[in-house]
Amino acid sequence: MSPFARLVRRDLTRAFAHGGAWLPLVFYLLVATLFPFAIGPDAALLAKVGSGALWTAALLAALLPVERLVRPDLASGVLDQLAVRGHSDEGIAAAKLTAHWLSFGPLLMVATVPAAALLNLDGATLERLEIGLLLGTPGLAALGLAVAALTAGLRSTGALIGLVMLPLAVPLLIFGAAPGAGALKLLAATSLLFVAGAPFVAGAALRAGRT
Amino acid sequence: MTRLAFENIACFRGGRLLFEGLNLALAPGEGMLVTGANGVGKSSLLRIAAGLLAPAAGRVMRDGDVALAAEAPALDEDQTLFAALAFWARLDGGDDQAVAMALAAMGLAQLAPVPVRLLSTGQRRRVTLARVIASKAGIWLLDEPASGLDMASLNELAAAMAGHLAAGGVVLAASHQPLGLAMREIGL
Repeated sequence: MSPFARLVRRDLTRAFAHGGAWLPLVFYLLVATLFPFAIGPDAALLAKVGSGALWTAALLAALLPVERLVRPDLASGVLDQLAVRGHSDEGIAAAKLTAHWLSFGPLLMVATVPAAALLNLDGATLERLEIGLLLGTPGLAALGLAVAALTAGLRSTGALIGLVMLPLAVPLLIFGAAPGAGALKLLAATSLLFVAGAPFVAGAALRAGRT
Repeated sequence: MTRLAFENIACFRGGRLLFEGLNLALAPGEGMLVTGANGVGKSSLLRIAAGLLAPAAGRVMRDGDVALAAEAPALDEDQTLFAALAFWARLDGGDDQAVAMALAAMGLAQLAPVPVRLLSTGQRRRVTLARVIASKAGIWLLDEPASGLDMASLNELAAAMAGHLAAGGVVLAASHQPLGLAMREIGL
């Protein structure tokens, strides 16, 4: 097994330990349940706002795991030990990004099926939503990792993470919830930009955190 | 050939010059003990040697892999001691046998199936030393390796260091206590 695969496997094991990775999923379903309660049992209206509501729920759910992505490894000295062994900070960040998406993207896509039923979304909308999440969740994971690395050395980061990450995620939200094939292409482009940039941003943050 | 050398190293931390003009050279089989009061820069010196910290001036030359035993244990609390150590050993290209030997060298063999979160401070310190032993790295950097260790563990540490030096390795240790091994000393 390559060192990259070992790092991914370790992060995945840690994400699912104590059921931590299930929390965003439950949160997502809970928010999806709240919308019908708040808006009322108007099936047509729910179908209209459902797609946007689920994207908002996905965005909020993506905030939950951010705090435990980098900070525990920084505190326990794992990042130092990896650096001593000559693993590049960008490589570590890329492994963390892969593990983070695996622990959260596919689960969110599965949870979207019952969530769509709660909001009375039709098959075409659900399909569109699933494609959008497939393209968009890697971008959300990348943003989460970059923010996690940037804030890992700070003391209390709970609210700060949301303040930093949510504005940056607005393009994903706009292109994800908008109709049309053009929006999907822009969503994919935005997501690709975040995925390509995050390992370098997070790597630089890890390096700066050591000095 | 394992070597470690500092050339005119200066260290600047938190707006304060900790030390400057530091030279040292460790040839294969040589160990050195760094002594000095708290906060004088012993840990920073080891982090510079490990490449974790860039020196403010000067050059570090390393021939060989580096293993660092620092304050932070870097172990996954939920895993058993064996699994937590095996993660690092496999990253270093070692196998289960290397882990078992390192655990035995630090007297931890019986604790192998115990979850890391149940270990005491001294036991954790011994695990970080076991990781250094399992790494098969040539350059050992030990930050306060004797803190929290009982007499039996101190002897095991001394034996492990002596074995490493005899095999042509290099040891740079920072400690307040004597480590039970004749080594050159450098005061900061």
